[in-house]
Amino acid sequence: MNLTLYVWRQKNADDRGRLEQYEAHGISPEMSFLEMLDIVNEDLIKKATEPIAFDHDCREGICGSCSQVINGVPHGQEEKTSVCQLHMRHFKDGDAIYIEPWRARAFPVIKDLIVDRSALDRIIQAGGYISSHTGGVPDANSILIPKDDAEKAMDAAECIGCGACVAACPNGSAMLFAAAKVSHLAMLPQGQVEAARRVRVMTEEMMKQGFGNCTNHYECQAACPKGIKVSFIAKLNREFIKTLGRSGKISSSVDRMADTLPSE
Amino acid sequence: MILDGKCPSGLLHEKWDKRRQELNLVNPANKRKYKIIVVGTGLAGASAAATLGELGYTVEAFCYQDSPRRGHSIAAQGGINAAKNYPNDGDSIFRLFYDTVKGGDFRAREANVYRLAAVSNNIIDQCVAQGVPFARDYAGYLDNRSFGGAQVSRTFYARGQTGQQLLLGAYSALSRQIRAGSVRLHPRTEMLDLVLVNGEAKGITVRDMVTGEIKFFAADAVCLCTGGYSNVFYLSTNAMGCNVSATYRAYKKGAFFANPCFTQIHPTCIPVSGDHQSKLTLMSESLRNDGRVWVPKNKGDQRRPDEIPEEERDYFLERKYPSFGNLAPRDIASRAAKEVCDEGRGVGSSGRGVYLDFADAIKRLGEITIRERYGNLFNMYEKITAENAYKQPMRIYPAVHYTMGGLWVDYNLESTIPGLFVLGEANFSDHGANRLGASALMQGLADGYFIIPYTIANYLAQTAPGKVTVEHPEFRKSETESRDFIKRLLSIQGKKTVTEFHRELGRILWEHVGMARSESSLKKALQLIPELRAEFWENVTVTGTSAELNQELEKAGRVADFLEFGELMARDALHRAESCGGHFRVEYQMPDGEAQRDDENFSYVAAWGFTGVATEPELHKERLSFEHVHPSVRSYK
Ligand SMILES: Cc1cc2nc3c(=O)[nH]c(=O)nc-3n(C[C@H](O)[C@H](O)[C@H](O)COP(=O)(O)OP(=O)(O)OC[C@H]3O[C@@H](n4cnc5c(N)ncnc54)[C@H](O)[C@@H]3O)c2cc1C
Ligand code: FES
Repeated sequence: MNLTLYVWRQKNADDRGRLEQYEAHGISPEMSFLEMLDIVNEDLIKKATEPIAFDHDCREGICGSCSQVINGVPHGQEEKTSVCQLHMRHFKDGDAIYIEPWRARAFPVIKDLIVDRSALDRIIQAGGYISSHTGGVPDANSILIPKDDAEKAMDAAECIGCGACVAACPNGSAMLFAAAKVSHLAMLPQGQVEAARRVRVMTEEMMKQGFGNCTNHYECQAACPKGIKVSFIAKLNREFIKTLGRSGKISSSVDRMADTLPSE
Repeated sequence: MILDGKCPSGLLHEKWDKRRQELNLVNPANKRKYKIIVVGTGLAGASAAATLGELGYTVEAFCYQDSPRRGHSIAAQGGINAAKNYPNDGDSIFRLFYDTVKGGDFRAREANVYRLAAVSNNIIDQCVAQGVPFARDYAGYLDNRSFGGAQVSRTFYARGQTGQQLLLGAYSALSRQIRAGSVRLHPRTEMLDLVLVNGEAKGITVRDMVTGEIKFFAADAVCLCTGGYSNVFYLSTNAMGCNVSATYRAYKKGAFFANPCFTQIHPTCIPVSGDHQSKLTLMSESLRNDGRVWVPKNKGDQRRPDEIPEEERDYFLERKYPSFGNLAPRDIASRAAKEVCDEGRGVGSSGRGVYLDFADAIKRLGEITIRERYGNLFNMYEKITAENAYKQPMRIYPAVHYTMGGLWVDYNLESTIPGLFVLGEANFSDHGANRLGASALMQGLADGYFIIPYTIANYLAQTAPGKVTVEHPEFRKSETESRDFIKRLLSIQGKKTVTEFHRELGRILWEHVGMARSESSLKKALQLIPELRAEFWENVTVTGTSAELNQELEKAGRVADFLEFGELMARDALHRAESCGGHFRVEYQMPDGEAQRDDENFSYVAAWGFTGVATEPELHKERLSFEHVHPSVRSYK
């Protein structure tokens, strides 16, 4: 099939950027969306034009590198599918396809379809972990975890950190991302000790990094290639409320914990 | 040169303790003054950087992705082995060790493999403490599944995303150290060169992949954790960016490259669908727990699988290997699949495929159980092929998957360059000529969490911290070389794209250095590769400039290295006149078609030393001696 593409081209962070039109010829339905772009790029290179830059690596829907807004939808129309797993059989001859980068205040464009998502890493660095040292931990089976809890933790832990939730949210909020991590760890006994500090520092960092607030649009859930549910956001909120003292202020013990950086 | 692996003497199970006792320690107050470079933040690199940071060292960590969480380890599906013996089915450290040495067709170092098996249990404990949500049974205990080459259930898993969960665990430990300031992270940064000062590894030259700036980092020691080189074949199950460049450039600086011809072809991948194919997708080995592999008994049988009656199906793995059946090791299962396709009994439009059928398992266990165990894999399969594997069998075919070869390291994981340590898939040490499933994750984490923290201290304790700075002239030299290399790539302005060259190299290697190799095919490869390389340097086109984000330039650098490295692989395969594990030379096979090993002449590690691009590399040998297991003929019948 033959397609017309309108692709966001932007030389670097300072460039204003614009949509440019390209033709994709001889595309077969078995190809993945990225393989279709490979073909367009090979064509461009032969014409001594710079190919379209886009992030990708595993091409299996697990690394979270690929990040394109296709016809206005992060990762395209197919449910629970990342761009790299989207196949051309879902398009038809003559289609026009608009391809743009993630757009969010916290994700500045680096080039073409590539954005800077390091703000997500900084949310994790703020405290999205269990502070266990290598060595000196108990036998794995000494911590029993009900199957249901383990499964629910896994449902949250499946997040691939692609940032589609942020790109889909009208407020550019990273709430689903943070909620997935908070919930994954809060569901497990190992994660209890630091649960209060974790939710607190992670949400603070989210604000600091320029992500917006959650106002319950649920666009994040619809865009998530892993089907992470907004119910985890409710879980995050419950975890957050637990950190409030009876006065409705953050209790001073949590406050003290939050202020101690994990440096040793 | 005869190489010495520097394994401790004494009883097998006492060796690692003995070595730890001998190793020097670094005073806690001094650790901070030592700087360690860790290139790669997959399982091996992230676990190493995090643990070294926890210990108090100053660590600089590098990866080419935008985040450490995206390292190729993230894609590992099936699971990780450990000798916990939770199912009480007869497992032990010794059995895990024995299975791994045997699985590797007796081409790995005994002492290393035993240590790996011994620390495997600590890995599971560590991961659970980090919050890795491994699968559990209804009582809340950890669950296990079986993998190829083993008759016990010792594989821990998190749905079909074990690598993801383990990497997120290591990444969280790493993130904690980044926050604490002990680790500085450099994402989107590619290592271009290793810098040696007085023959020791003291730094690296890198390219900032966003700005194109060339930068230097000096350190007291360098760890390479840069993964495997499967992508030399162009099509593989590895992530697109996986490369040999970091290890190959270290090889060019004097590190020996061991057993480059030992590559693993995985039996269960989704078959190639056309020329556009950019990578291949693995269907985890764990599927062989419940899936049965078969082809029609008759050549050219075009019927739909459900129209082929039971008696006209050939469950060839069960037939040939009754005791291991569908769980025969990878090299054996791959070759068996190739054989039946060569006979004209392959399925699918290309005829290069066999069925992996779940109908029996679904009948026995119900679709819900199968969905629970492998749901994400079935989904992935459907996305790619538009076929529902609950209703019809999967079609699978072998594909390049893992590389057992890598930089040569001694028992301390130190390469032939003092101060250069190599971890994870990037080294050669533990898997011999064939890796068993679920053992790469184990090895990466063993190296990073539990081995390097001890062994690197021994090296550091013997050097004063901060001896070398980036002002040293060796860094200028490395800069000039790196800039020249990039300039050369950009100046050719030829007619063929980098990908075209890569694809062609892949075709040559798959055909001549692939699943079945012969003297004549290897000689052919040794003629074709240099020709292709020469053409590359005259006719490649690389768009853009060096001072910006330039993915074509990144690819070009990697392919340039693959074009040299492919030759080394073929040379190694040619010199090894025996069949063992994944290295199958058609001249050396048993009457029944199994690999014929030659222990008398080839029970050694082949470690190659660089002498120049156009000249033959120098072969060094490390003899393998087996004190605790007897190298038998590997039988899975
Ligand atoms: C699809 C698939 C499934 C698998 N499933 C399993 C399984 O179930 N069980 C199992 O045990 N094994 C499995 N394996 C194998 C296993 O995943 C790998 O062997 C292992 O994860 C390698 O880890 P690593 O840390 O050594 O390297 P990697 O995870 O490959 O990490 C390499 C790191 O090096 C960095 N890097 C590379 N080159 C450069 C450079 N030039 N400059 C800077 N940085 C660089 C990368 O950014 C990355 O951070 C699987 C492999 C594949 C492909
Ligand atoms: S490329 Fe890895 S998720 Fe798409």
